[in-house]
Amino acid sequence: MPVIEAKNLSKVFGRNIKQTLKLVDEGLTKEEILKETGNTVGVNRASFSVNAGEIFVIMGLSGSGKSTLVRLINRLIEPTEGNIIIDGEDLAKMDKASLRNVRRKKISMVFQNFALFPHRSILENAEFGLEIQNVPKEERSEKAKEALKAVGLGEYMNQSPGQLSGGMQQRVGLARALANDPEILLMDEAFSALDPLIRKEMQDELIDLQSSMQKTILFITHDLDEALRLGDRIALMKDGAIVQIGTPEEILVNPANDYVEKFVEDVDRSKILTAQHIMKRPETVNMEKHGPRVALERMREEGLSGIYVVDNKRNLKGYVTADDALEARKKEISNLEEILTNNIPKVDKDTAMNDIFNIIHDSPMPVAVIDDGKLIGIIVRGAVIAALSGDGEVNLTNA
Amino acid sequence: MLDDLLDFVPKIPISEGTKWFTDWLTSTFAFLFDPIKEHFGNFMNFTSDTLVSIPPVIIIIIVALIAFFISGKKFGLAAFSIVGLWLVYNQGFWDHLIDTLTLVILASVLSVIIGVPFGILMSKSRIAEAIISPILDFMQTMPAFVYLIPAVAFFGIGMVPGVFASLIFATPPTVRFTNLGIRQVSNELVEASEAFGSTGAQKLFKVELPMAKATIMAGINQTVMLALSMVVIASMIGAPGLGREVLSSLQRAQVGSGFVAGLGIVILAIIIDRITQNMNKRKKAS
Repeated sequence: MPVIEAKNLSKVFGRNIKQTLKLVDEGLTKEEILKETGNTVGVNRASFSVNAGEIFVIMGLSGSGKSTLVRLINRLIEPTEGNIIIDGEDLAKMDKASLRNVRRKKISMVFQNFALFPHRSILENAEFGLEIQNVPKEERSEKAKEALKAVGLGEYMNQSPGQLSGGMQQRVGLARALANDPEILLMDEAFSALDPLIRKEMQDELIDLQSSMQKTILFITHDLDEALRLGDRIALMKDGAIVQIGTPEEILVNPANDYVEKFVEDVDRSKILTAQHIMKRPETVNMEKHGPRVALERMREEGLSGIYVVDNKRNLKGYVTADDALEARKKEISNLEEILTNNIPKVDKDTAMNDIFNIIHDSPMPVAVIDDGKLIGIIVRGAVIAALSGDGEVNLTNA
Repeated sequence: MLDDLLDFVPKIPISEGTKWFTDWLTSTFAFLFDPIKEHFGNFMNFTSDTLVSIPPVIIIIIVALIAFFISGKKFGLAAFSIVGLWLVYNQGFWDHLIDTLTLVILASVLSVIIGVPFGILMSKSRIAEAIISPILDFMQTMPAFVYLIPAVAFFGIGMVPGVFASLIFATPPTVRFTNLGIRQVSNELVEASEAFGSTGAQKLFKVELPMAKATIMAGINQTVMLALSMVVIASMIGAPGLGREVLSSLQRAQVGSGFVAGLGIVILAIIIDRITQNMNKRKKAS
């Protein structure tokens, strides 16, 4: 059963709204209506439903109406027309007191620029939602502390928001939203203001948190990669209307129209991803320090059939297989140099994934990723396939 | 011929109307004005008498301590307060200084009590803003002397009409800055407080006013300074204090004593200004 159900939600900004709505119903586009009436259609008859425990991503470019749409859901912006059904009740028809109650108990929101209160400490910020409900001081600070711990900020409670980095501030924003224990989280471009490295970290963390708390999340973003990473389902918006709703896979494979296709084209993953995005940290032995015994020990620990060998400066020297190392140990050879294989698959860190595919296809060992002669990572076959399908551990932040 | 065009309408009796209106107010609201005059007058006399009865040394020390702590434990303002206030005492203007201080403080406190709610009202309603804004312009640009006339009609002469006139002249900045401060609170913060289900009052007291505090304090600082600038003008209708000394020196062309009394006002102004400004800075830092 859906937790949130939006039916024909529309928002028109301007005067003489009735006439504009008529044009909306006749199916005119945003541009035509603007020309005709001077009014802006923020959201044009959007309908969708979000299931319990689902991350539903609404994505679109700026001006597509996604931020307006999310504000219609908790009526920060009054809908011009349509219904918002939450737990069987229509928010659009609610009086102010009941609406306030829904906002207090059921829906929390996380904002693009964090919207933390600078005059309050971190703890007081996290307490805000409960304070509004007049929850007794002790109970609310306990709940707020729990929420802060859940997002990994247990130690910063008495600092003020200005003292924290962007990523940490948004954790506070998340904790503030979670402290109420709402069913629904509205996240309006929650990670867009963060730098890419932190953004990815926060995405991972949200996925982690979600696996334990199972909230219903409406996530707004303009970033397709983010949408693909987070979304159980994705709705694509253009000019205030929803043009396609589907799982990431459906959207990638079957774009509903040209607009979606153009969007998706940009993420032809085999073109944009390079070796450094999909590599992982290599296990190595240092030939100037280690012999076959250490190499064997490492391989045993990591469950590998071979290992890369470097020198003190991490320059790639070669590859040692388990068989060769065993042989060497029997013969009491203490130097790795004699058993090195030099015929190894190598790629530069900027090699496109398309090209890696051919190399890795007929290689018995992981492909070494080289930057200026140094070994910086390895690629195993699984990683390439996972990255192509779009749900692997793609590490765009390495770039 | 052309003059006839302008004389088409006979002179509109604005002045007569105003007089009639003021007379009407005075007689109709005498039941209100008279007790205010009496009780508030008594209260003011009591306040200034009390302050005068405190030995000047103690007041100087207290002011210096306030200055010291409020400026973040720096000695500059405290030292200035001690030297400045001592100088006023030395010149024999201590009692006048206390009268002036009483007038300024009471006028400012009343301005804030009246001004902040009006500022809040203005920030919440576009209609209220459209109505109040021109009234504030009027209050500030009408020469301050003009207020003395109805003030005397309502409250006679003395301190009370002085406070009344200062009130009209000094309240606008507090109203304006309160309005501005609240309107400047970032939209996202207002949205955040609404999204968590705040009532209007919760939004105001937990988010908007705390966020607008620095701006409101700047307005209050302006109000205090304007109230102080009314001191000399109010002395024309019998308000006691340093202003009266300036006025009487003017009437007798005594440049020396006029300068000294004026200096007293400057010293008081600097101390009050720096103290209220530092209150603002402290709020910002915390």
